Amino acid sequence: MNKTSNKFRHLVWPLVSLALLLLFNAIFTDNFFKIEIKKQDSAQAPSVPGNPPASGTSWITPESYENVSDPTEAAAKAAAEEVEAAKQTVKESAGQQAVPEKKDDKGVSIFGYYLYGTPIDILNQGSKVMVLAIGMTLVIATGGIDISVGAVMAIAGAIAALLISMLDAGTCIGAGMGPSVYWIIPVLAALVLATIAGFWNGMLVAGFGIQPMVATLVLMVAGRGVAQLITDGQIITFDNPGLVFLCNGHALFLPFSVWIVVAMYVIFGLLTRKTAFGLFIESVGNNERASRYAGIEARRIKWLTYVICGFCAGMAGLLAASNIKCADSNNAGLNLELDAILATVIGGTSMAGGRFFLSGSLVGAILIQTLTTTMYMKNVSPAIVAVPKAMVVIIVCLLQSPVFRAKVLSIFASKAAKGGVQ
Amino acid sequence: MELLQTKGIEKQFLGVKALKGVDFMVKAGEIHALMGENGAGKSTLIKIITGVYPASAGSVYFNGKECKFRSPLDAEHAGISTVYQEVNLLPDLSVAENICIGREPRTKLGFIDKKERKVQARKALARLDIDINVGENLSSYSVAIQQLVAIARALDVDCKLLILDEPTSSLDENEVKELFKVMKKLREEGMAIIFITHFLDQVYEVSDRITILRDGQLVGSYEAKDLPRIEMVAKMIGKTPDEINQMQSSIVKNTKFGDTVYEAKGIGRVGTISPVDVSIREGEQLGLAGLLGSGRSEVAQIIFGVDPHDSGTMTMCGKTVNFNSPQKAVKAKVALIAEDRKVTGIIPDLTIRENIMLALQASKGIWKTMTLKQQEEMAEKYIKLLRIKTPSGEQLIKHLSGGNQQKVLIARWLATQPKLLILDEPTRGIDVGAKAEIEALTQQLCGEGMAVIFISSELEEVVRDCDRVIVLRDRKKVGEIAGSDISLKNVMKLIAG
Repeated sequence: MNKTSNKFRHLVWPLVSLALLLLFNAIFTDNFFKIEIKKQDSAQAPSVPGNPPASGTSWITPESYENVSDPTEAAAKAAAEEVEAAKQTVKESAGQQAVPEKKDDKGVSIFGYYLYGTPIDILNQGSKVMVLAIGMTLVIATGGIDISVGAVMAIAGAIAALLISMLDAGTCIGAGMGPSVYWIIPVLAALVLATIAGFWNGMLVAGFGIQPMVATLVLMVAGRGVAQLITDGQIITFDNPGLVFLCNGHALFLPFSVWIVVAMYVIFGLLTRKTAFGLFIESVGNNERASRYAGIEARRIKWLTYVICGFCAGMAGLLAASNIKCADSNNAGLNLELDAILATVIGGTSMAGGRFFLSGSLVGAILIQTLTTTMYMKNVSPAIVAVPKAMVVIIVCLLQSPVFRAKVLSIFASKAAKGGVQ
Repeated sequence: MELLQTKGIEKQFLGVKALKGVDFMVKAGEIHALMGENGAGKSTLIKIITGVYPASAGSVYFNGKECKFRSPLDAEHAGISTVYQEVNLLPDLSVAENICIGREPRTKLGFIDKKERKVQARKALARLDIDINVGENLSSYSVAIQQLVAIARALDVDCKLLILDEPTSSLDENEVKELFKVMKKLREEGMAIIFITHFLDQVYEVSDRITILRDGQLVGSYEAKDLPRIEMVAKMIGKTPDEINQMQSSIVKNTKFGDTVYEAKGIGRVGTISPVDVSIREGEQLGLAGLLGSGRSEVAQIIFGVDPHDSGTMTMCGKTVNFNSPQKAVKAKVALIAEDRKVTGIIPDLTIRENIMLALQASKGIWKTMTLKQQEEMAEKYIKLLRIKTPSGEQLIKHLSGGNQQKVLIARWLATQPKLLILDEPTRGIDVGAKAEIEALTQQLCGEGMAVIFISSELEEVVRDCDRVIVLRDRKKVGEIAGSDISLKNVMKLIAG
C-alpha cells in the first residue's frame, strides 16, 4: 500500500491544481461541464456556419468556440479558406474533377453519436501538447531538452499537406487507391520525416556531444524554413476526409484525437515501463558516466529518446494540420515546445534528468490546455493571455516545491501559535 | 575547557535513526579523532554541528553558548570550518579564486581586488607551507594539493575549530606527513581539530583523544595513549578483540588455479599507459600496485573498455576479444568496480534494488526483463549476503553511507556472475569491519573460481591478499612478482625503482 502511494505521489499537486482550475470554471463559467450527446447528422450538424446559437443560451458551438479558441489557428483558418476558394476556381477552370466537398466539420463518426462540450474540447485541443509531452518527457529524463518540436510539427504538417494535395491532383504514386485510402501515405510520410528529424537531433546530441539546447536550436530555427521549402511558401489546404478525421472526427463517443493520445500513452508507457528502457533512461539521466560503467549504452538510449520525441512531434504536427485542415508553416506548433516542456515539468519530471512520469506530463498538458481554454472563454485578450498563464504555472511550480510548502506551513504554524497565546 | 559540546543529539532520516543521543566534547588545542564504522553516524554528527542538517533533538554548545547554525556559512562565521571528504572546490577556477570565493577583497569602488586576492591566497597557503602559482586553475594541480587548498580555504577565516572529514584518503604517504605537520602546527596555535579517518595508524600518529560512535550511539571518549589499537577496533565494530583476531586469520588464500581467463598482450593507449601484458587465471587474485597516478586505474579502465586500447590484443577464455566499450566487456562477463564511487558508480536517485539490478539488466538488454519479484529477491539476497545496512531495498542509494554504497556496487557486479572482477580501490573510505568483509569476500570468490584483479593504495592489503602482483611506475609496468616473493619489501623496492 505504501508502495502505491509513493508511485502516485508525484501526481498529487498537478491534480490538485487541475481540480482547482476546474472548480474555478465550475463556479465562474456557465455550463462549463455541460456535455451533450449529439447524433452525427450532417444536415443537423450544430456546427454549420451561419447558424449560431441564440445568445440567450450560453453553450458554445464548435464554430464560435473554435474562433475564439486559438487566434493564430483561427487566422490561419481564415487564410486557408481564401486559398481554398482560389484553388477551387483554378481547379474548376482546369476542368479537373474536384474532390467531393464535405461541408460537415465534424467529419465521420463511428456509431453516429459523440459527446460534445467544453471538457471534450479541451481534450481535443490539448491532444497536440499531450502527444508532444510524451517525447519531451523522455528527452528531459535523460537530462536533455528538445526545443525543435514546434518546428518539426510544421515540417510534418507541410509534407502531409503537400502529399495529399499531390494525391488529390493525381500527380503522386498511390493516387489510384482513392481518397478514402491514400490519406495514409501523407500520414506515414509525415511521421517518417519527423522521426528523421528526431534522429538528426539525437545524432547531434548523443553522437557528437553537442549540448541539447544548442543542438535542437538548429532545427528549431531551420525547421520552419524547411517547412516553407516543402510548401513553397504557400498555405496548403486540404479536405481529404481521412486526414481531416484525425483531429475532427469522432470514435466511440470521443474525438478521434483523444484515442490517438490514449494509444500513444499506452504504447510508450508499456515501452518504458514493461521493458528496461525506462530504467535505463532514468539511470542515464541521473548519472550518465556511472550508467556507462554499468554497461548501459548511454548514447544509444539518449539517441532513441530524441527519435521518439521526433515521432511524437510528427503526430502532433498531423493533429495540428488536421485540426485546421491546412498546413501553415509559420504558425503550426508555434511555441508549443514551451507548452510541452511546461507540461513535463508540471508533471514532476525534473529538468535535471532522472525519474520521469508520463502520467504526470499528461495531467500537466491537460492543465495547460484547460488554462488556455478558460482564458479564451473568459474573453481574456490573446495579447495578454500569457500573463495569467505564467502566473498559474508559477503557482503550480511553487506548490510542487517542498521548500516553498515548508515555508508556507511554518508561517501558518507560527501564526496559529501566536493566536493560541492571545 | 570545552570549545564544542553536544548534548543528546538525535537525528532521524525517513524513519531511520542515524543518531541516538550523542554527547560529544572537544577541547581547544587538541586533535580529536572521531571514529566509527560506516553508517555509525560520524558524518551526520559533523553535519549537525556545522548546520547542514538541523538536529531532531539535543543541543550544540560552541564557545560556551548554545548555537543553532542554520547553514555551514553560519557555522563558518562562528569559527567552525569544515573540509569534506570529497574536495568541494571549483576545478575550473584559479586557486586564488577558490580560496577567496564568497569573501573576495574589494576595491574602493566595490569591484573585486584581484591583486589583493592573490596576496591573500598566497598568505593562506603559506600558513601550510605551500608555494604554488595561485593564478593557475585548480584542476591543474594534484588531488593532494587540491585537498590542501581546501584546508587553506577553511583556515582563511578566523577559525577556532577545524573539521577534517577523511582528508587523507586521496593522499600518498609524504603528503599525509605534510598534512600532519600542518595539523600539529595548528594545534600549537590553539586550534581544535576534529579528524575523521579510516586509517588507524594515522589516528594514533596525531590524535590526542578518540571518540568512538557505533550505530548512532556514543561508545565513549578516550585518551589516545590509553586505548590500545585492537581495543579501539573492537569498540568500533562491537566485538571482542579475540573475535577480531579470528576474523583476520580466517582469510585463506586460494591456491588452486584453473585455466587462463583473460590475457592481454601489449595493451596500451597513447598518453594514458605504455603497453603492458596482463594475464590472469581462474581463482587467482592479481594485484596492481604502484603509487597514485602510476597507471593502476588506467590498466583497469583499458581492460574494461572505458578507455579503448590502441595497441595490443586481448583474449577472454581463449577467444580474441576487443573491449572498446564497457558494454562489450560486461557481456563477456567482466566487471569493474571503479575508483570514484560517486562519479562512476552509484546512480543516486535510483533505489538500492535498481542499482543492484542495473548491470545485469544492461547485459540482458532492453527487452529481457526481470519481474519485480525477481528483482526484489535478488536485492534481498545481496542485502543479506553483504550485510548492507538499510531498512529496505526500496531506499534510494544516496541515503546510504559510503561503505554501504560500495557494497551495493559489489552486489551489482556479483549479480552479473562475472568471470573477471576488477576492484579499483574497493576499500577506500570504508571502515575496518567492512574492509575485512570485502577481503574475505574476494578470497571466497577466488575459491569459487572467479578471477579477481585487485587495486589498492594500501600495500599491506595487496601483499596479504594477492597471488601475483604487477607493479607499475610512471604509467609503465616495472615488474611482476608471484608466490612467496610477494612481500612488502619487494613491492616497495619495485615501486621505488
